[in-house]
Amino acid sequence: MAAPSELHAPAAAPAPPPALEADGLRRAFGPRRAVDGVSFALAPGECLALFGPNGAGKTTTLRMLAGLLSPTAGEARVDGRPIAKDEAVRARVGLISHHAMLYAALTAQENVAFAARLYGVADPEGAARASLERMRVLERADTPVRRLSRGLQQRVSIARAMVHDPRVVLLDEPFTGLDDAGARALTGALTTLKAAGAALVLVTHNLVEGLALATRVAVMRDGAFVLDRPRAAVEDVAFAAEYRALFGVG
Amino acid sequence: MTAPAASPPLAVPGVLATAWLVARKDLLIEFRTRSAFLAAVVFALIAVVIFRFSSDPTAVAPIDLAPGVLWVIFVFSGLLGLHRSFGVEHADRAMDGLLAAPVSREALFLGKALANLAFVAAVQIVAIPAVALFYDLPVGGGVLLGILLVAALAAVGLVAVGTLFSAMTGNTRLAELLLPMLALPFFVPVVTPAAMATARLLAGRPMAEMAGLLRMLGAFDVIFVVACTLAFPFTLED
Amino acid sequence: MAAAARPSLSEAPVAPPARGRDLFLPLALLGVLGALVRAIWFTPVELMQGPAQKIFYVHVPAATVGLYVGLPIVAVCSAMYLWLRDERLDRVAESAAEVSLVFLTAVLVTGPLWGKPVWGTWWTWDARLTLTLFLWFVVLGYLIMRGALEDRGQRARFSAVLGLLAVLLVPFIHLSVNLFRTLHPKAIVLKPSAPSLPPEMLSTLGIAFAATVVLFFALLRARVRYAADRELLSRRLEGEG
Repeated sequence: MAAPSELHAPAAAPAPPPALEADGLRRAFGPRRAVDGVSFALAPGECLALFGPNGAGKTTTLRMLAGLLSPTAGEARVDGRPIAKDEAVRARVGLISHHAMLYAALTAQENVAFAARLYGVADPEGAARASLERMRVLERADTPVRRLSRGLQQRVSIARAMVHDPRVVLLDEPFTGLDDAGARALTGALTTLKAAGAALVLVTHNLVEGLALATRVAVMRDGAFVLDRPRAAVEDVAFAAEYRALFGVG
Repeated sequence: MTAPAASPPLAVPGVLATAWLVARKDLLIEFRTRSAFLAAVVFALIAVVIFRFSSDPTAVAPIDLAPGVLWVIFVFSGLLGLHRSFGVEHADRAMDGLLAAPVSREALFLGKALANLAFVAAVQIVAIPAVALFYDLPVGGGVLLGILLVAALAAVGLVAVGTLFSAMTGNTRLAELLLPMLALPFFVPVVTPAAMATARLLAGRPMAEMAGLLRMLGAFDVIFVVACTLAFPFTLED
Repeated sequence: MAAAARPSLSEAPVAPPARGRDLFLPLALLGVLGALVRAIWFTPVELMQGPAQKIFYVHVPAATVGLYVGLPIVAVCSAMYLWLRDERLDRVAESAAEVSLVFLTAVLVTGPLWGKPVWGTWWTWDARLTLTLFLWFVVLGYLIMRGALEDRGQRARFSAVLGLLAVLLVPFIHLSVNLFRTLHPKAIVLKPSAPSLPPEMLSTLGIAFAATVVLFFALLRARVRYAADRELLSRRLEGEG
C-alpha cells in the first residue's frame, strides 16, 4: 500500500517506483559473462516478453531477478527495494523455472500449501485449492506429484508460484510441457494477475505465446538486450521473420 | 493504474516458524516414503547382531562391546538419514523454490537440522532398546535415562555437522561417499566421550565421573550448532 | 558455438605465461639433502635408541611444519577467502593443504618406522599420532571434496567452510585422543628451561628444521603457480567453448 517514497516526498504526485527494475545487471561465471549489463523497468500491469537463443543469458537474468543469484554488478529491485538481501521483498515475487521445484512424495495440495505457508498466506489450504483450481488441476490435488504427468506437474508448479498473488511473476519457459488446456489456464491466470497490477517477465522461445501477453518485447543475445521495444511497435510477422533470420529458431 | 494486487497482506513467518514449516515438510516426506527410516532401522538391527557375532562371546563380554556398538551404529544410521536430507531438495531443484521464497538461510538450516534430529531420535528409539536386549544390558535404575541423555547430547552435534555437510555434498557426484568421508572425522569427538560415558553408566559408576564427558559433548553441541548455522549460507549458490 | 566477439582458437595462446627458471625448489631439495647427510654421518648416534633415532630429524620437522605452518595457512586463507572472495586465497589454501598432506604422510610413515625399534610396535594409539592421523583424514577429505566439485566458486566456498570448521575440530580431537593414554615423547626441544638434547643433535635439528621450512614454501610456491596456470588454461579452454 504505502510506498516508502511517499514518506519522503509529501509534495505533489510522487512517481511510485517500478514494480520490477533491473539496474545494470551483470553476472560472470569465471571468465564467461553470462549477463552483461541488463537494465529495464516494468510498471505494474506490464509484461516483458524476453526472447533469445540458448545461452543468451535469459535464465541467469531471471535467477538474479528472483534473488537466487547475486549479480556481479548491478541490482534487481522490486517496488524499489533490492531483492538480494531482503527476505520480505522476495515474498512479492513468484518464480516458475525449468524445474518444477516440487517434492515428488507430497501431493499437489501439500506442495502448494507448503509454499503458501512459507509466504505467510492467510488461509494456506484454501489458497492452495484456489490456485490449483486456477490451473485446472484441482481434481488431482491429492495425487502425489510423482504420479502426475510432466504437463500436470508443470501446472502444479505454476499454481505453487502464484499461490501468494505475487506482485512480480518471473516465468522461464512456462509453456514447455503444457497441453492446450494447460496453456489456456496459464494464459488466463497471467492475464488476471496482469489486470490486478502484477508485472511479468516471460522468458520463452515461443513467439506466439510470448507476443500474446507482452506489453514490451526484448531480445537477448550474448548477455545483453539487442532489441527492446513496446509491444505496439512490434509487428508480429516482421518480427518473427527478423527473429528467425537472426537465430534460425522460433 | 497503480493499485496493487487485491489480496490480503502476507504475514511472512519468522525464523523459528519457518524452520518448523521446513522440518514438518521434511518429516512428512519421510513419513510418506519411509525409505530412509526403514533402511536405517534395519541397518541398525543387523549391525547390532553382526557386531555380536564378530567377537568371541567367551572372550569379550557383551557389556564391554555394547557402548562401542551403540555409538558406531548411532553414527552410521544417522548418516543414512543425513544423506537424504538435501537429496529431496536437489531432486527437482525444490531448493530454488525455498531460496526464492521469503525464507532466511538460517531458518532453512535449522529446519533441516530439526528434521534430521527427529530422524536420528526415531532410529535411536529402536536401536538403543535393541542393543540393551541383545547385549543383556543392566538398564534399570536410571542407566537408560543416562544413556538417553548422552544420546540427546550426541545427536545435536552430530546433526548440526551432518546437516551442513549434507548440504555441501548433496549435489556432487560421489555424494554417498563424500558425506561419510567429511563427517566421520568430525564425529570422533562425539563418539569417544559418548561411548566412554555409556561404559561408565553400564558399570554403575556415579554420575560425577561423567561430568567432564558430558561437558565435552555439550561444548561440541554449542560450538558446532552456532558454527554450522553461520556457515550454512556460504554453502548456497550466490 | 563460438560467438563472434570471443577470440578465436588461434588467437588464444594456451601456454601459461613464461616465468624464469624456478631455483627455489632445487635449492630447498639440496638443503634437505644436506641436512640428511649431516644427520646420518655427522651427528652422534643416540645411546638408548640407536640409529633409529635419526628418523627424528625428518619426523619432527615434518610434523611441526605440517601441523603448525601448513594447516594454519589453510585455515587463515579459508577465513580470508570468505571475507575477500579472492581466488588467489583459495589457490593458496588448496596448495597448502596438498603440501601439508605430503608432510603429514611423511610423519605417519616415519612415526611407525621409528616406533617399531624404540617402542616395539609399529602403531600405537598414542594421542599425538592419533591426532595427526585424524588431521590427515580431514585434509584428505578436504582435497577429495575439492575434486568432486565442478563449479569454481562453489568449490572455493565449500572448501573454505570445511577449512574453518576443521579449526574448531582440532581442540575437540585433541580432547578425544587425550582420553586415551599417551606414549609419545613430550616436546624435548622447546622446553622452557633448557633443551635436553646434546648440542650437535640440536644444531642438526635446527638445520633440518630450516631446510624443511624452506622446502615447504618452495613446494607451496610451485603448487600455487601450478594452480594458477591450470586455472588460466581451463579459463581459456572454457572461453572457447
